Amino acid sequence: MSIDDISIKVTDLHSIGSIDALLNEIATRLQRFITQGETSMIDLKSLPFAPAEYEGLRTALGRGEASARLETIGDSELYETHYPGVWWVTHYNVEGDVIADLIEIAAVPAILHSQPEDVRDGLERLQQQLSQKE
Amino acid sequence: MTEHETLEQRLHEQGISRRSFLKFCAAMATMMALPPGSASAIAATLAKVKRPSVIWLSFQECTGCTESLTRSHSPTLESMIFDMVSLDYHHTLQAASGFAAEQAREDAMKEFHGQYLLLVDGSIPLKDGGIYSTIAGRTNLNMLLEAAQGAAAIVAVGSCAAFGGLPNAQPNPTGAVAVSDIIKDKPIINISGCPPIPAVITGVLAHYLTFGALPALDDQGRPKAFYGETIHDRCYRRPFYDQGKFAKTFDDEGARNGWCLYELGCKGPTTHNACATTKWNGGTSFPIESGHGCIGCSEPKFWDAGSFYAPLPAPTADVSSVAQAAAVVGAAAAVIVGAIDRGKKTAAQQSRKKLTVDDLKGN
Amino acid sequence: MEQELLLWVRGTGLQIASAVFLIGMVYRMLHILLLGRKHSLAQPRGSEWSGALRTLWKRTFVSTKLSARGNFTVITGFIFHIGFFVTFLFLSQHIDLIRAVLGLHWPAMPRGVIDMAAVLAIGAMVALLVHRFVDPVKRLLSDYQDYLTWALSFLPLLTGFMLLREIGFEYITLLTLHIASVELLLLVAPFTKLAHMFSTFISRWYNGAVNGFKGINI
Repeated sequence: MSIDDISIKVTDLHSIGSIDALLNEIATRLQRFITQGETSMIDLKSLPFAPAEYEGLRTALGRGEASARLETIGDSELYETHYPGVWWVTHYNVEGDVIADLIEIAAVPAILHSQPEDVRDGLERLQQQLSQKE
Repeated sequence: MTEHETLEQRLHEQGISRRSFLKFCAAMATMMALPPGSASAIAATLAKVKRPSVIWLSFQECTGCTESLTRSHSPTLESMIFDMVSLDYHHTLQAASGFAAEQAREDAMKEFHGQYLLLVDGSIPLKDGGIYSTIAGRTNLNMLLEAAQGAAAIVAVGSCAAFGGLPNAQPNPTGAVAVSDIIKDKPIINISGCPPIPAVITGVLAHYLTFGALPALDDQGRPKAFYGETIHDRCYRRPFYDQGKFAKTFDDEGARNGWCLYELGCKGPTTHNACATTKWNGGTSFPIESGHGCIGCSEPKFWDAGSFYAPLPAPTADVSSVAQAAAVVGAAAAVIVGAIDRGKKTAAQQSRKKLTVDDLKGN
Repeated sequence: MEQELLLWVRGTGLQIASAVFLIGMVYRMLHILLLGRKHSLAQPRGSEWSGALRTLWKRTFVSTKLSARGNFTVITGFIFHIGFFVTFLFLSQHIDLIRAVLGLHWPAMPRGVIDMAAVLAIGAMVALLVHRFVDPVKRLLSDYQDYLTWALSFLPLLTGFMLLREIGFEYITLLTLHIASVELLLLVAPFTKLAHMFSTFISRWYNGAVNGFKGINI
């Protein structure tokens, strides 16, 4: 018996309806972002998805113009979906496992902002370097 | 032993940026089932807390819980979680052994009396004075009682420590009990599961550090954030249950279509755990996703709840033999009482006086 | 605690309930049959058997014109019994149970049909109770046993419906309550009017046989 003998079927995703529910939720939040400027996140790991549904969501949201990459304790992948203001943020650990998977409704995902502590640290380093040159 | 430094200091020493820490906190928020936007608040608090001392006692257990935790994430993230605490005693993980190991435990208990977190995995045997499990010549009961005294809180890791687990299953030859059966005067968090989801163990630790208090617990002492809903409630196959579409065997059409595994013994409807969303093996999948029903490992007495493959409506005891015996008893009673009643009827008929022609004549 | 309770109702509780039910039911039914009827010395004008079998079937359909019970009671009672049997015999979970105990099984009905049957049965029972209160004759004739047996038959239906839809409580609580309510019904059934679930066939048989013997063809 080979792997091809095991027939696996993809069931009709729309009969389950989770994708449509989530898209509606995103639309509501996007509306709130426009009117009140309220940013928010949806934790995809907390939602019960069939594996195929998850891929279905990716297809439904598509890919837009902007994307970014963090290289910190494992990579992070951020990209704007086909709908501006809707970002797909995935954090990986060093081994490449997903540790957080989020939909973020914002102009820029929060984690892309430089952190004040890091900015201070950086300034310190820069000043040190300058003082060494003198 | 030195006073433990804050996590912020420790991370700074290691050259880990604030942004990395924020990312870590985003993962923690996901883990703790908190709103994903709370990562920055978590980061602000976590950075300032002093790392608490943790003593981990392993009793009647299989080390599966420790395996689960140490396999939880890549070395970097795992070390970060362990960076949040100072693990002063864990006889499987620590380098020291023998007297030195026991010394480390006693030192930590003295130094951080009233402040340390006590983690326990494994049940505690009580029968015959608890001689069935000993460490360094001391019974588990003895060691638990001593360590519990100075603990700020106790975390019972795994179904054995939380509910008695496998050692407690019938016929329970060692008289095994849960931590909560012995310790009554300390807050106890049960992180049940066989093994528990690693992210739940670390999530509870993170919650304790972030909020300085235990998370909200359900009536079984389990954190509601992880055990608040059943596997069934969060299962991606739930729509099939509602539609009445069930797999009848593990290789039929229904099984291949990914239908509900209820009839194949899935205990999802009566099991509280976070498997369906948190998942296992770095978020790969959970048992139902690989085609096997839930066995209910995070619930008390799950070993004694009948076959893992018997559906929930099926009886857990032999009803057929009892029913047959009862039918025989009922029939025997009917025959005996029936015979007596027939006898009474006959006797009554015979004792009746016959009406004669003379009676009618009115003499 | 909840798990222990569920384990008990699925195990020991079910054993006790089915033992009491079977001892009581077998005893009472067999007792009726063993007492028998007085042998008639008259010349038979027809067959006892054909009369008995005919009545056994025909009494299922009560003529509302000939019965003193009235349209409402007959029709509502009918709806209840049909709804009850559909949910009892054709819900997949019940078939799982029957398969586990008896080894017999048959195809389940779709969930929509079961839902409808359960709602009809519950509605019919509520209507019958209200009618029992409102109708002066019925109220006068009712004693505590009528209300007891009503409640005992109603609870399994109600808890079962709540379980399917997960209304009000958690699944495990509802499952425990549902099984417990059925066990209560099993414990009491042989010793109350609920014994009609079997005795009705005996009485129909005797009535039919008597008429058949006399050659009355109804």
